[in-house]
Amino acid sequence: MPLFEYAPAPESRSVVDIHSSYGLYIGGEFVDSAGDTSFKTISPATEEVLADVAEATVGDVDHAVKAARQAYRGPWGRMSGADRGKYLFRIARILQERAREFAVLETLDNGKPIKESRDVDVPLAAAHFFYHAGWADKLEYAGLVPAGAGLPRPIGVVGQVIPWNFPILMLAWKIAPALACGNTVVLKPAETTPLSALLFAEVCQQADLPPGVVNIVTGAGDTGRALVEHPDVDKIAFTGSTEVGKAIARTIAGTRVRATLELGGKAANIVFDDAPVDQAVEGIVNGIFFNQGHVCCAGSRLLVQESVHDEVIRKLKRRLTTVRVGDPMDKNTDLGAINSAAQLDRIREMSGIAEEEGAERWSPPCELPSRGFWFPPTVFTGVAQTHRIAQEEVFGPVLSVLTFRTPQEAVAKANNTPYGLSAGVWTDKGSRILWMADQLRAGVVWANTFNKFDPTSPFGGYKESGYGREGGRHGLEPYVTLGDVQ
Amino acid sequence: MSPTATRPPARSTAPSPRLDVRKTYKLYIGGAFPRSESGRSYVVTDTKGRFLANAAQASRKDARDAVSAARAAFPGWSGTTAYNRGQVLYRVAEVMEGRFDQFVAEVSAAEGLTAARARATVAAAIDRWVWYAGWSDKLAQVLGNLNPVAGPYFDISAPEPTGVAAALAPQSSSLLGLVSVVAPIVVSGNTCVVVTSATRPLPAVTLAEALTTSDVPGGVVNVLTGRAAEVAPWLASHRDVNALDLTGAADAEGVAWGDLEAAAADTVKRVLRPAGTGTTAVEPDWTVTPDLRRIRAFLETKTVWHPKGR
Repeated sequence: MPLFEYAPAPESRSVVDIHSSYGLYIGGEFVDSAGDTSFKTISPATEEVLADVAEATVGDVDHAVKAARQAYRGPWGRMSGADRGKYLFRIARILQERAREFAVLETLDNGKPIKESRDVDVPLAAAHFFYHAGWADKLEYAGLVPAGAGLPRPIGVVGQVIPWNFPILMLAWKIAPALACGNTVVLKPAETTPLSALLFAEVCQQADLPPGVVNIVTGAGDTGRALVEHPDVDKIAFTGSTEVGKAIARTIAGTRVRATLELGGKAANIVFDDAPVDQAVEGIVNGIFFNQGHVCCAGSRLLVQESVHDEVIRKLKRRLTTVRVGDPMDKNTDLGAINSAAQLDRIREMSGIAEEEGAERWSPPCELPSRGFWFPPTVFTGVAQTHRIAQEEVFGPVLSVLTFRTPQEAVAKANNTPYGLSAGVWTDKGSRILWMADQLRAGVVWANTFNKFDPTSPFGGYKESGYGREGGRHGLEPYVTLGDVQ
Repeated sequence: MSPTATRPPARSTAPSPRLDVRKTYKLYIGGAFPRSESGRSYVVTDTKGRFLANAAQASRKDARDAVSAARAAFPGWSGTTAYNRGQVLYRVAEVMEGRFDQFVAEVSAAEGLTAARARATVAAAIDRWVWYAGWSDKLAQVLGNLNPVAGPYFDISAPEPTGVAAALAPQSSSLLGLVSVVAPIVVSGNTCVVVTSATRPLPAVTLAEALTTSDVPGGVVNVLTGRAAEVAPWLASHRDVNALDLTGAADAEGVAWGDLEAAAADTVKRVLRPAGTGTTAVEPDWTVTPDLRRIRAFLETKTVWHPKGR
């Protein structure tokens, strides 16, 4: 298939005004850190320094938690659900109004293709605020408390720590339900992608959100730890690695601090011999190469029925030769930059191990930019269940291919990891889809589709992929309290 | 010699009190009643210190065997229809009702209750079992959703059981509290390993006898009598246990529930903390009408997407 040449179609970055340095957003204002440490956030596509960002200290985190507590005791705690909802509606609208600005900033800071930040991350973030806005004055209808027990109560101050793969979207997943239920928040964005959260702080100012309801503290692991260990935080909401999630669960063990954890995954994308192959191939590509594979629910293990293995792999490889890797700001780019040097090292290391363990490596011919962090779309065939590449999360554009003969074997292999976040099933047989959906121990099952998200649709994992749900009616439950369980 | 001199003493015409046949109280693992593999037992007394029985003292190996049995039973139990599971669990209440007097005697001895209060407690325990049993085929409707996603997709969320749960049964309420912990775990299709009250374990063994005669498959509920401090750490860290109910940590000798929760963190277990504030654990008031939270603590939500099209 000839690769059509496209003229460059770069999105303009003039829409966004990046400051040279950023403070912390505490109590409704940008303030300087009490410490004097800062870090640089760079564009992973070019290694260009975008801004200098304050690294919040233990004292800064304490300051932010106090601001959140004050807002909780004060205006936010006393506000009617209807008014809380109105603030969330305002935020949703401002996100829509400034959508292009957010998309460009996200792509610059994260490295993801502009078409994804423009068409997925930012619209979905706005949709999350819009959806939850409507819940704020309807919580008694959410079925969270027994009939007649009145309104579910907020928990208090929530500490939220989010990852770098979907910065503004994960912020929305965290802040929207927390505020709808009447909590106040201190949120720490990831150290490699702090800018969209800081722009969101401006949105809060434009919306006249009462000071302290949302506080943003930037920093790395130490800042996150200070937030998780803060004695006046009532709940932790975390999305990130299983390793850090376990550490958080240990930290709050034996206390009354609650937690929701959205952790890693090693999803199976299962293709049966009766699946429409071209659609399945699109689903495989979307499943593992969307967002450079920096997706906790990525379909990183392709389980293909033995009888169609050769055909699926042939078509998959052909399709991958048309994937456009490069400048994330180009509107035609499919695969952008790896988010950081550290993540690139991890992907290289895991790919090297896969080769050493005997898997066969393949990538389409593609030219990678000389600056920045890049990894080509990569497929490993001949992968065995015992290979590390089949068991451990890579979090990059790397697909492992395994085979199966029977539906039972597919289920056994799919479930054979400590994770249980998501799974995909491709078949034309309706009864098989429903049977597979029952058997797969995963929080989200995509049948004849993959990587779909919606604010009304609960998302979260089984087993070591975490606990709690985000989105939908179920996503409200972790943000309300009902007292002791009888 | 008179023949009477060699005759044995005449039997009394008054009937002597019948010597009762005592029960051996053992563990309940995988549908069988084994002794502890450790060979140990311990003395159980009533509240006045009178001997009641030698109960089996469960060991680490017993706990592991119980987890294996619970895991083996999980596919079958979670795979039954909700209607069938509801009927089987209702059957447990029927069998409990038939053993009413036995439960009254054991609860009375264990908890030092008057006969009237023991009867009320046993009645409440049976009624609670019936209440939870009835939830089996309502949960998916009450806790599930069709999600109105912004696109041409059928999108549905429904509850599923978490898997194998380990539970510390209350130390004080030997039957009502036990039932209130076990029933909400198994009604949705989970299987469980329950560590009984250390000093009041006997009603739990009798409940196991009700379970085994009620078509509850072996391994769905596994009962370990003994000291929670000894077996709970192994259950909390076990890689094949998905959830941990620490309700019974209150007043359990030598048990620090925070340590168990910390051990559970390594495998991202779902943990139901004991009632109370701060680090203190208190046993709930079991007479309070429950709600769905104990059931929900051991559920996962699964969301399934499928495109719509012509």
